[in-house]
Amino acid sequence: MSSVLYDHPGPRTRARHRLYSLAAALILLLLAAGLLWRMWEYDQLAYEEWEPFLTPAYIEALLVDGLWRTVQMALLSVSFAVVFGLVFGVGKLSNHAWISWPSWLVVEFFRAVPVLLLMVFIFFLVGVGGGIGSYWSVVFALTLYNGSVLAEVFRAGINAVPTGQAEAAYAIGMRKTQVMTLVLLPQAVKIMLPAIISQMVVALKDTSLGVYILAPGLTRVGEQIEDEFGNTVQTAVVLALLYIVTNLVLTWLATLAQRRLVGERKPIDVDALASAQVMGPTGRHGEQG
Amino acid sequence: MQYVLDNLDLVLKAFWVTIQLLVLSALASLALGTLLGAMRVGPVAVLRRFAALYVTIVRNTPLLVVFIFIFNAALDVRWLTQVPFLVKGVIALSIYTAAFVCEAVRSGINSVPVGQAEASRAIGMTFAGSMRHVVLPQSFRAVVPPLASVFIALAKNTSVAAVFGLTEATGRMRGFTNDQADDRTAIFVAFALGYIVIVEVISAGAFGLERRWKVAR
Repeated sequence: MSSVLYDHPGPRTRARHRLYSLAAALILLLLAAGLLWRMWEYDQLAYEEWEPFLTPAYIEALLVDGLWRTVQMALLSVSFAVVFGLVFGVGKLSNHAWISWPSWLVVEFFRAVPVLLLMVFIFFLVGVGGGIGSYWSVVFALTLYNGSVLAEVFRAGINAVPTGQAEAAYAIGMRKTQVMTLVLLPQAVKIMLPAIISQMVVALKDTSLGVYILAPGLTRVGEQIEDEFGNTVQTAVVLALLYIVTNLVLTWLATLAQRRLVGERKPIDVDALASAQVMGPTGRHGEQG
Repeated sequence: MQYVLDNLDLVLKAFWVTIQLLVLSALASLALGTLLGAMRVGPVAVLRRFAALYVTIVRNTPLLVVFIFIFNAALDVRWLTQVPFLVKGVIALSIYTAAFVCEAVRSGINSVPVGQAEASRAIGMTFAGSMRHVVLPQSFRAVVPPLASVFIALAKNTSVAAVFGLTEATGRMRGFTNDQADDRTAIFVAFALGYIVIVEVISAGAFGLERRWKVAR
């Protein structure tokens, strides 16, 4: 492989690298064996510990009450977040200070606050007692957080449309709203779709935080199984596997969307946008980020 | 607001735990993540695959599940039995954050144009020389903004420790809200402001470093 760091290795270097590879593989195998030995030593590999995960009733609970509800929460919150992000993302680009500054404030606030803090607040504000309950508290907390991240994605997406497009639209006499809805947004959505799907992964992972306010979902079902059988290690392994597989499928979808809709263009970097950095609202043709 | 002000010592104590979690995890994940990043771009195929696997697994696992492994599952094989909660929190946060640090480091090194290393070799620099004088100084600069994002996310992620009984800011906020439901909005705003201050400090620090190290390209 060619890299910035070193030249193409010659035959002697390649032989040396093979030796290193062998040594590294040996060490990693030893570590894995040590872990398995430790688990065996404390009876963690015994069939009874894993049995619930081979029992149809529990598999169904995990997949239907667990995974499906988790995916539901993630889907709902990301759908709401798209609307939230659209409103505030376009709001940040507005030429009117009385629209752009409040939008900026809302987006910055919800990006800087931990989503768990938000969840607890929403739960105690409108969730408890006869309120909306923990399920919707999780959905709304995730909506506010992911919505403000998506607002940044939308802003970056709209800014990524070549300036000539807006200029041409103005030149043929379109109004500001028309330029946004007929020219900029349709092109921006194409660029943003992969970022929106990637945000699903973030939302899906964050739904697990709902256990703090006793919300349903995969982690909660896992906790119940763990309470019943005391098989902590096994439950954790199964939970992790289910989350990883689901997220990999989502990532695969995002890559597919990226390839079909955006092509070779660089995707929008969601990780960088997810962090709150101090920046004022910028005009439509202003500098990015 | 009165309730928060009356219990200001508890609030500050809780944020002190948050800051401890943040700083210790930042240092540990920086070390582990840089090591993984080095494996990821290094010439040894097995280590490269291992680092890639680590990143894929950890990035797709919820932080809460990582906490379950460290706080609950480890006890079943008699690991970490005598370890204080704060240290366990640091371990869980570091394992999780290291994956993101690894990606930041990798993207930093990859951002150095290939021509730079080629040119340094062409004028006869050794591997160590070209790393020290050409590649690393440039990748350090490139790595600051993504690393700042990672640490801002880490600052917010410390809140997950509340679920496992650590009384850091979010845990304290939940306790306050439980005791004094009428003041919940003021309590929320007060704690949210605390987090915002932490996040802004990190982002201002990164901005300062970026400006200081900026070079004309």
